[in-house]
Amino acid sequence: MGASVTVQGLCITAGEQTLVHPLSFAIEPGEVLALIGESGSGKTTTALALMGYARPGCRISGGSVRIGDQDVLSLSPAEQRALRGRRVAYIAQSAAASFNPSRTLMDQVVEPALIHQTLGRAEAEAKAVQLFRELALPEPETIGSRYPHQVSGGQLQRLMAAMALITDPDLVILDEPTTALDVTTQIEVLRAFRRVVRERRATAVYVSHDLAVVAQMADHILVLRHGELQEINPTGRILATPDSDYTRSLLAAARPAPREGGPQAGQSELLLDVRGLSAGYGPKNAQGQPAKLILQDINFKLYRGQAIGVIGESGSGKTTLARAVAGLIEPCAGVVLFDNRELKPALAQREREELRRIQIVFQMADTALNPAQTIERILARPLQFYKGLSGAALQKRICELLDLVRLPRTVAGRLPGGLSGGQKQRVNLARALAADPDLILCDEVTSALDTVVGAAVLDLMADLRRDLGVSYLFISHDLHTVRAVCDEILVMQHGRQLAQVARADFDRGPHHPYYELLARSVPELRQGWLDEQDPGARAPQPLKGFA
Amino acid sequence: MAFESASVPPAATPASLVSPAAPRSRRWPHWRLGFRFSGLLGVVVLAWWLLAALLGPHLLPRELLGSGSAEVFGPMSASHWLGTDYLGRDMLVRVVDGARYTVGLALLATLLASSCGTLLALLAAASGGVVDALLSRVLDTLTAIPSKMFALIMVAGFGSSAAMLVATAAVIYVPGAFRIARSLAVNINELDYVTVARTRGEGKVYIMLHEILPNILGPMLADLGLRFVYVVLLLAGLSFLGLGIQPPAADWGSLVRENIGALHNAGAAVIAPALAIASLTIAVNLVIDNLPGRAARERGAR
Repeated sequence: MGASVTVQGLCITAGEQTLVHPLSFAIEPGEVLALIGESGSGKTTTALALMGYARPGCRISGGSVRIGDQDVLSLSPAEQRALRGRRVAYIAQSAAASFNPSRTLMDQVVEPALIHQTLGRAEAEAKAVQLFRELALPEPETIGSRYPHQVSGGQLQRLMAAMALITDPDLVILDEPTTALDVTTQIEVLRAFRRVVRERRATAVYVSHDLAVVAQMADHILVLRHGELQEINPTGRILATPDSDYTRSLLAAARPAPREGGPQAGQSELLLDVRGLSAGYGPKNAQGQPAKLILQDINFKLYRGQAIGVIGESGSGKTTLARAVAGLIEPCAGVVLFDNRELKPALAQREREELRRIQIVFQMADTALNPAQTIERILARPLQFYKGLSGAALQKRICELLDLVRLPRTVAGRLPGGLSGGQKQRVNLARALAADPDLILCDEVTSALDTVVGAAVLDLMADLRRDLGVSYLFISHDLHTVRAVCDEILVMQHGRQLAQVARADFDRGPHHPYYELLARSVPELRQGWLDEQDPGARAPQPLKGFA
Repeated sequence: MAFESASVPPAATPASLVSPAAPRSRRWPHWRLGFRFSGLLGVVVLAWWLLAALLGPHLLPRELLGSGSAEVFGPMSASHWLGTDYLGRDMLVRVVDGARYTVGLALLATLLASSCGTLLALLAAASGGVVDALLSRVLDTLTAIPSKMFALIMVAGFGSSAAMLVATAAVIYVPGAFRIARSLAVNINELDYVTVARTRGEGKVYIMLHEILPNILGPMLADLGLRFVYVVLLLAGLSFLGLGIQPPAADWGSLVRENIGALHNAGAAVIAPALAIASLTIAVNLVIDNLPGRAARERGAR
């Protein structure tokens, strides 16, 4: 069904900076090519150029893009508009942001066909229902009459695929379509995408930073770095015998090796003891229960030097757990013992020494560092605040901290805006370390980072634990990451603690069915993994979520 | 050295250097600070009026100052550049003299209003809960009173001294500044770095002044400029009604009122102060629209 795509010498610039260096590749009809690379590697910019589109400030400065026998770049703007949505379709990362919340799904799904007048309204709707069925959406006959907020994120992503496919495009561009989804949802969406792409023999470009996902979808993989082609080869060959060193480092980062473990439970003194912790938001009723209970009856023990991973899907209450331990939200029941002393529920009641010993590191390094303060000031404040350091001692300690997180000392004078994502996350860690804490609460610290950068941050955290003896409460939705750094895993769903798995038992069953489901849902770095996942064998969810 | 190289016109540079730097030539020289032409125009006009407010008539050539015996409502001439007023005084001297009141009082009132509004807003955002609700509702109530009416009552009750006018204008414009600052501060307050500061055990004042304030300063400065324009217009309006600065001193509003008699013969005496008000307000708006931070944001640089 799809057409061939030939790209020759494509070059994209922004001002004086070259975003994509002359790039040439070809896709056979009906094949899927994956563009892979870290953020800023130019993969989305390249994908958008296939539609003849450059983001504001960017310019396609040379080369040609042929879809079938048409040169996209030589078309007039009006002709390019006619091409987009008709012959080339684009599926964006965030479906939630791409749908208009005030119109029904069917109206929006059939819109491309109506705009390009390829089908009448009735025919388009019939085709949409057929696509809904192929994409394994529930109630394909009636789902179109709902509004975007009435379906889940994974369903919305599939509806967006239906919108893209309704005009039978020659080329489909999928831009990180599953990155924003939970693992258990991702696998369903991937399966649906894969079936549709296969059955319709569509030519597709799949943009992603996740090699394991790409391995399931693509026939060929193109590796980009700093806008330059590293290598382009069939998927099997890339996974088995990559040509470039960069691809090798990507592969290594995608298979996280377990880091050195900490002491087993009971081997060192008890640091944090959480007993029957419940917490929630909203006004409390007569029994002291908040209107919206997020956490219910959490119990675990963390020994000095250990790392405990908390895993669960979005909305499972894992961040609320960290906030309750940090004192940002008052628990409505249960106690938190820290070093055998009970922690007061509210931040304001805790002593400065207690606050110093528990530090928190947030997910988004962008919002975790004050953009108006230099790195030096950011690191100096906890040192002044807790220890009263000043002058040469302060400078010395700041340099030590930067060395500790392996940042050059020259970053001290810079503002956070001048640092990369990985560097910001290191500063974030350094600020927590400045307080000499016993426990660091890590909230999804590597989720916003590229795999290679994230792996380096994980290495750093493992080293710090060994050298400084800090403990971590490591919150993540990514089982791979948690398994790589943690001694124990706490599995959460809907605010309840479902299971606790020790490092020795990570690969030894039997486990709680939900842990098994999570473990099975993480894509493996080999071809054919997705085909082995039989939807019928999925474990029933132990707790019924809202519809 | 740096200034020299920036001021060399492009034609003077060797041709071999021009061609690779062609896209660079669109960049502004250093001294422009990212201002466009309209912004520069605004800066020049604003600087002139600020200078006039500071130095007063000393700014003008000496020969203009002495002559006071001319005809009433005289036309523009070599000795009286903007004509003369209803008592035969030189209009240019009067306008430059009036800048002290118009610009000075308005600036003082605006600074007072914006800093009070910002501080209260920081307090409201950092405290939350009851403090926030109380401050917000009280200042909302103040907004409900029409500003001209409030000013009339204040002047009627306490007279129209310069201090009184500044205080009145400041009180009227505090709620506006508070609202904008609060909405900005509440958003910043939710960000992770403020949460980190809070878990560190920092006090309210540190969070207000070191974590939140630097990050709302840019928008608040832009707001300060807009508010300044409103205050200028309010004070000029009061003076025009005879309730502002009292004779023999005169700000631009009272100059318009004094010389309103010249309107029927198109005298420069009434047009000059009116133009002065217009040029000041337009200049301030031009400068705000061209603030470097704002231009950078529009280019997507941030």
